[in-house]
Parts: sequence; C-alpha cells; structure tokens
Amino acid sequence: MRVIIVGAGQVGSSIAADLAGTHDIVVVDRDGDRVEDLTYSLDVLTVQGDGTSLSTLEEAGVDEADMVIASTDDDETNIVICSTTRAVSDAFTVARVKNTEYLRTWERSERAFGIDFIVCTNLLAAESIVRVVGIPAARDVDSFAGGSVQMAEFEIPPGSPVTDQTVAEADRFEELTFAAILRDDDLEIARGDSVLHERDRVVVIGDPDAVRGFATTIAPDEPPGTAEEVVIVGGSEIGYHVARLLGDRGFKPRLIEQDAERARQLAEDLPNAIVMESDATDIDFLEREHVGDADFVVAALDSDEKNLLVSLLARRLGVDRTVAVIDTSEYVELFEAVGVDVGVNPREVVAEEITRFTREGGAENVAIIESDRAEVLEIEVDTESILANRPIHESVSDLPTGVVIGAITRGESFITPRGDTVIQPGDHVVVFLDACIVDDVTPKL
Amino acid sequence: MAIRVDYRASLSLVGSVLKYLAVPLALPLVVALAYGESVAPFLVTMLVTVAVGGGLERLRPDPDIGAREGFLMVAATWLAVSLIGALPYLIEAYGLPGFVPASAPESTLRHPPNALFESMSGFTTTGATVLGEISLDAHGHGIMLWRQLTQWLGGMGIVVLAVAILPELSVGGAQLMDAEAPGPGIEKLTPRIAETARALWGAYLGFTVLEIVLLYGLHLAGMAPAMDVYNAVAHGLTTMPTGGFSPEARSIEAFSAAVQWLIIPFMIAAGTNFALFWHALTGDPKRLPGDSEFRFYVGAMAVLTGLVAAFLFVGNGIATFVPPGATYDSAYLSGVRATLIGNVEPALRHAAFQIVSLVTTTGYASIDFNAWGPSAQYLLLFAMFVGGSAGSTGGGIKVVRWYVILKSIRRELFTTAHPEAVRPVRLGGRTVDERAIRGIYAFTVLYLVLFFVATGLIFLDAGRVGLSLSVLEAMSAVAATLGNVGPGFGLVGPMGSYLDFSPESKVFMVALMWLGRLEILPVLVCLTPEYWRQ
Repeated sequence: MRVIIVGAGQVGSSIAADLAGTHDIVVVDRDGDRVEDLTYSLDVLTVQGDGTSLSTLEEAGVDEADMVIASTDDDETNIVICSTTRAVSDAFTVARVKNTEYLRTWERSERAFGIDFIVCTNLLAAESIVRVVGIPAARDVDSFAGGSVQMAEFEIPPGSPVTDQTVAEADRFEELTFAAILRDDDLEIARGDSVLHERDRVVVIGDPDAVRGFATTIAPDEPPGTAEEVVIVGGSEIGYHVARLLGDRGFKPRLIEQDAERARQLAEDLPNAIVMESDATDIDFLEREHVGDADFVVAALDSDEKNLLVSLLARRLGVDRTVAVIDTSEYVELFEAVGVDVGVNPREVVAEEITRFTREGGAENVAIIESDRAEVLEIEVDTESILANRPIHESVSDLPTGVVIGAITRGESFITPRGDTVIQPGDHVVVFLDACIVDDVTPKL
Repeated sequence: MAIRVDYRASLSLVGSVLKYLAVPLALPLVVALAYGESVAPFLVTMLVTVAVGGGLERLRPDPDIGAREGFLMVAATWLAVSLIGALPYLIEAYGLPGFVPASAPESTLRHPPNALFESMSGFTTTGATVLGEISLDAHGHGIMLWRQLTQWLGGMGIVVLAVAILPELSVGGAQLMDAEAPGPGIEKLTPRIAETARALWGAYLGFTVLEIVLLYGLHLAGMAPAMDVYNAVAHGLTTMPTGGFSPEARSIEAFSAAVQWLIIPFMIAAGTNFALFWHALTGDPKRLPGDSEFRFYVGAMAVLTGLVAAFLFVGNGIATFVPPGATYDSAYLSGVRATLIGNVEPALRHAAFQIVSLVTTTGYASIDFNAWGPSAQYLLLFAMFVGGSAGSTGGGIKVVRWYVILKSIRRELFTTAHPEAVRPVRLGGRTVDERAIRGIYAFTVLYLVLFFVATGLIFLDAGRVGLSLSVLEAMSAVAATLGNVGPGFGLVGPMGSYLDFSPESKVFMVALMWLGRLEILPVLVCLTPEYWRQ
C-alpha cells in the first residue's frame, strides 16, 4: 500500500516508522532538516514542501496513493490536506486533529472535510487513560464488540494472592480467557500450568465483569469502581478530556490547573469536576487538599519531566496509582521503571488507531500490547475464515503458536471459547496474536 | 455627540405608546354600552390619551433612543399610562354633565390618590385595591372590566407590547424590554426583537383565551355556578398577568373548588418564563421541565404548599379566635376550621392556592387567610418574597435570583474549605457571569433595604393618622405593593383593602408598585443626578 504521511513531526515520524516495514511510505514536510533526517533514518521517500499545495501532493504521488495521513500540528492544515487529496484522488484520507469540535462535525456527517477517518490525539489519549481508571492494577484496557468484551493488561502487584499460582489456579472466572504472560522481554502464551510471578504482566480477554473481578482478585487492596477518587493534574486538552470522560462515567474528579484563566474556562466546561487553581508541585496545597488520599492521580501537564515529578510526589503522599502522559516515547519505559504506574504516550495511541486501517482483512478493532509485542484483534468471522464452522481446537492446530481465541460474541451473547466451541460465520471473535505472526495469521482469519 | 439625556426623544416615544391606549379602552366602552352603563369614562379618556399622546409625540419627530433614554422612556411610560388609566375611575365616580349620571357617586375612587392607586395597582398587576365595595352593582361592568384590562395590559408589559406593535421601537426594543423587566437579561427568541415580543404576547394571549374557555366550560358543565361569561373573562384577564383583581369581593372564594383547582395551573404558568413556552411550542418541549429555574420554582412552591397544608390539616395553622378588627367573624372562622382540619383535599387545595398565588404574585385568595395562624402566615409572607420566574408576568425578587444567591452561597462555603477551587455558579448548563451575580446581590439587597425603609415609613405614617397597624400588617402591605402581590395580612388582607391608609401613604405605595414592576433600577437610575449630568 502506498501511504503518504504529511507532517514529519513526532506523530508523523512515529507513524512512518511503524508502517515503513510493511508499506511504501512517502513523507511530506515543509521543514528541510526533518525531511533530510527521515531520509536517512527510515526507508521512506521524502518530499519537502507544503502539504496543502496540490503540486506538493502531486509530487508525492497522491494520484497513486492508497492512503494519505495528515499529521501536522495544525488541525486546519490537516483538514485542508484531506480536502485537497479528496479533490484529486481516491486515496483513503486520515486526519489527525486536536480540536474535538472537528471530530464532532465529522461524526455527524462522515462526508465532512473529505476526511475518511479522524484521529483525535488528545481524545484518544484521554480515553486510554480513562479505561484504566476503575480497574485496579490495570496497565491497559481496551473494549471490543461494542463494549461486551474487554482486553486488559495487568501487572501482578507485589504480595498479590495469585503470585506463584498457576493460571489454572488463578483463573476463577468462567467468562475470562488468559491470553499471555509478558515477562521482561519474553512473551509466553498462557497455558493452564503457566506460573504467575510478581511483576509479570498478564493479558486477559473476557466479559467486563469478569475482567473487573479478576482485577480485584489480583489486587484485593485497591478499591474498584466509581468510588475511586481521581485527581488530574494539568488542564491540558488531555487533562480536560480525562476529566470530562470520567465525569460522564459518574466520577467526580478533581482537576488542578495553574493558569487562572484556563482554570476558569475548565471550571465552566466541566460541571462534574472540581477545578482548583494551584501549582500542583506545591506540597502544602497537595496536603491541604488531601491529594495523598486519592486512589488515582493522572499527570497531564505539558512537560514529561513535570509529569514524572508530580507522579513521584503523588506516590510519596500515598496515592495508590499514577498515570502520566509521556510525550517522548523513549521515556515511557524509564518512567514506568522509576515510579509511574502507567505511562500513556499519545502518539502510540495514535499509531494504534492508524494501524486499524493498514491492517489487511476484516479487523474491526485493534489493540497493541506493549508498543508492538502483541496485538489483540476483533474480527467478524465470514465463511472464508479458517475459524468458521469448526471447533476451536481444530482450527488452532492449523495456525502457528502464538494465537489465542480470547472471546466470542454472537449477537448480544458472550460465549467463552473452549476447545470444542464451534465458531459460526457472523460471530465476532477477539483474538490475541503474538506480533511476529500477525502478518501471517491475520489474512486467514 | 449627545451626551445629555435626550428626554424629548423618550417622551416622544411615551406619547406613541399612550396614543394607542385608546384602542384597548374601546373594550370596556363596548361592554358599558352593552350593559346600558355610561360610556363617558372611556370616551373621554380615549380623547385625552390620544390628545396627550399625540402632543408628546411631537416633542421629537424622529426619536432616537440610547440606553439612557430607554430607562426614562420605560419609567415614564408606566407612570403615564397609570395617570391616564386613573381617569375612567375619576370620571365614573364624578359623572359628567350631559352623560348618564355615574353609578356610584359615593365611590371611594372620587379621590385622585385612590384612583391613581387603583390604576397603578392595575397596570403593575399588583392587585391591591382601594375600592370601598367590590361589586358589579356598585361600579358597573364597564369600569370593572377596565380594572381587569389594565392588569392584562400591564402583565406581559406595556413596553413589550409596544415593541411588538410599533415599528419605530424595533431598533432600541431589546434595550427597552430589558429595562422593563431587567432580570438577568432578556432572551431573544427570534432574530427580530419585535417578533420575540409578539411571540411572548402570543403565548400570553393564548393562555388567557384558554383559561377563559376552560373557566366558562366548567360553568357550562355545571361545576362552577358563579362563573358566568363576564367572570370567566374577568378572571382570564387577571390570572395570566398575575394580577389578582377579581370582580368578586370574596375573590376566588366565591367560586367552586373546581374553579380553584383550575386556576392554580394557570397561575403557575403565569409565573413561568414565557420563553420556555415559546420553546415548547416551537419543537423543544424538554426545555421546560429541564430548566433549572422552573424546577426550583415548582419545587419551592411544592415544599411551601406541603408545609402549609400540613399546618392547616392538623389545625395549628388556623387562628383559634377572632382578633379585634378582623375582616372575618367567628362563624366564618369556625367554618374554616371545620373545612380544613383533618380534611386532605381542602387543606391541600387552599394551601396550594394561596402559596401559588403569593409566589407568583397573583394575589387571588381562595380563602380568607387572615383567619390562618402565624405559622402558616409567615410562610405566606415568605412566599411573597420568592416571586415569579424571570421572563414571567410575576413580580417580586424572582426565583432565579434566589437560586443564584443560594448557589453562590454554596460556592462560598466550598471555597472557604478549598481556597484554590474555581467554581463558576451554574444556572442549568450555563455559567452565570460574575458581574451578573454581583448585580443580583445588589438588586436583592436594594429590594430588602427598600422593603424595610418603606415598612418603617408606612408604619410611622399610620401612627401619624391614628390608624392602628401591626408590624406584620405594615410589612405585608409593603411586601404586597413592592412585590406587586396585592393582598397582605390584617387590614390589607385578601378580603380587605388599602382604603384606610392616608393619601400620603397611598401615593407612596403607588411609587412602590411602580418601582417594583420595573425592578427598581430603571426608576432609580432616572432619579440620580449622574443620569442627567452632561
């Protein structure tokens, strides 16, 4: 597939790096230095020029392109790029925007702006943060099949009741499937006799209640559900959306913002949140407001370092869990090693979203585990599928190892996959795939 | 650049409005003709209003009004229509040579302060009366209809009506409507202000007609023997403006329980923001039940009704003896006690009727609540201060102000504990501007200060002329005139009148009604030297 990416900033470059291995990528940017850098660091074609101009797009080969991704920093520019593309080519257009108003307009009429798919960075990042709230010990949570199936990645906390138990012992839930265990750099497909160790990360797929129940099993000390007290530090767009989404879910989050005018604006826009105007690194303030008693602190300031500082401070004051927005993807692992429980990189989230469109076959929803170590796909089974009309143990034996059928939904009902379960065409199946077999297995499903 | 107030422009517009007052005067004229009564009061007044209006109009042929001229125009309009509106009362009371002699030569309206009081009370929809005897026999159908008609004209607002009708007011119209009923700003329903004004008047007219039809329908159905056509029209004309001038001396007590129940929802509607009805009729019916002011308004009435009904039901909300000077006798009192104590429906009906009537500032009574005990009466006094909704025909401090004040107090309590918290005060989904909150506090304090000062003055003046007046009576008289409610307690109770006050007190109360109808500020602004300074 020929993909043109306009805008070689952090997001554009990251998408280019993700896709370069499997697709023909053309990167367009106005900045000559960036273009130059990319030419050498990635196996992509680069064009220097203004992506909103037709001549530049034509130079990049827009008429033969299958997809154009507009990922510059400026919403309006991205929209113009998609409109321009639509005027001269049939390429699938993807635009990255920050302003959710554009997303709303587009959702109302999918013809708007000539955009085929909108990726709202701030909103996606906020959604991935919010999914983690309310599920103890979760590092990543994704919903499938319209919310009736959840995939969650948990880290087994120290002293957990399931430590050193086998999967068979730990699995007390009918509607839950263990997919894999991630240990350092290894990925182990879960079997009944696999043993769970402290600090292992386990990927489970199942009914949301079972996922929540499992979370409580591995971390019984952390209170689940909406009783959780959430403090959001930083009224950035991400902070705003986290507060808004939590508010919609019945939480009453507190949002701390230093700038008076922004705080005022947020207070007006967020009826379900309590907005406080203060410096979040002011210890007196944090103590006075009992931030240490919070169950969850989301650090969404505009600097990675400040977010780390806030997270460490929060841990020190006694907060159970911290989530930090980390813009620099290289820092994610480091920050998670020194005290941030969950690091969310907005660009990684965007990359996941873009991946949906580059995937061959009928994947409807994709979650990427640990950057790129595994994927969870939702597919609708058709008659061509290797899974159709046969028991799971038969079809799995025809597939390489590293595939786990996590959940099946048929109409409204949830079906727990067992070896003898027969999958029917029309079923939605959530499948866990080891990254190294994704390209091999996906077309067969 | 005209820095000085262009009072000629203001008065010229007052003239335009005044001139058209001749049109509604035709209605009582026709009624007087039909009943064979003197048409002189209306005919003469028509000539006077056209002459005075036309004359004022000539002050400035092409009036151009700004914000300052707007205040003067609105304040002067209300004063002018009240002065002209007093003429039919005076003429009827005196009679004119060459015409049929007046039906009531002994009428209390012979005295100009009384006639002015009655007229201002009508136009401001207060409903306080100085009539010595309220009856169609003593005053004639024409003049009684004029009383009701002044309320109907004043209800939705004379200036709003003028904006709806007079093309020359299309430009400054929003300002004028804002000055007439400031509240927290008017809501433009349509791009053109004249259309908004027409929409409001249309809803108002629609409700009035509906109520008249239903009231008369009850009569036809045999459920309201006393509700003949004249009464149906009269009560339709005085419910929707939250006026309360009933042609019956016993107010709504003269009618059946069915009539009382029917009038309650119409009073509630009259005290509701008419913009919400407009939305409901133009395809957004959810706005009405979802509106936070409306919910607060209905909730406040429900709570007060529940309390009063409980007091009445157990009997400790009803007086146990007839105090000296009461407007009711012991037979009436024992009748009231027998009706209310232990009976759910009458207790609930009378509690709801009085509470709704006083909260909305209508001022009708389904029972003589003078015969109630202090526990219920203080709740009624409290109800007078609640007032109707913004954008309704109700007077008083208005529900929305209390709602904002309560919310901002809650905010203060919260920010005391959490000094860094940023909490806007919300009204429904919208944030209330901090300046608007300050304005609401200023208005409410001003209103209460005016209330206490005026109570003191009325009390002193009563002492001067040897009128025995309790503090509660004085307070209720001021609350009822300033809030455009109408009846108070004791002397000025629902079956009593303001007749016994001195002429000075009455003129003072005329000013209170005027201030109350225009929500004080537009009148006060015109009285400050800064306003007139270059």
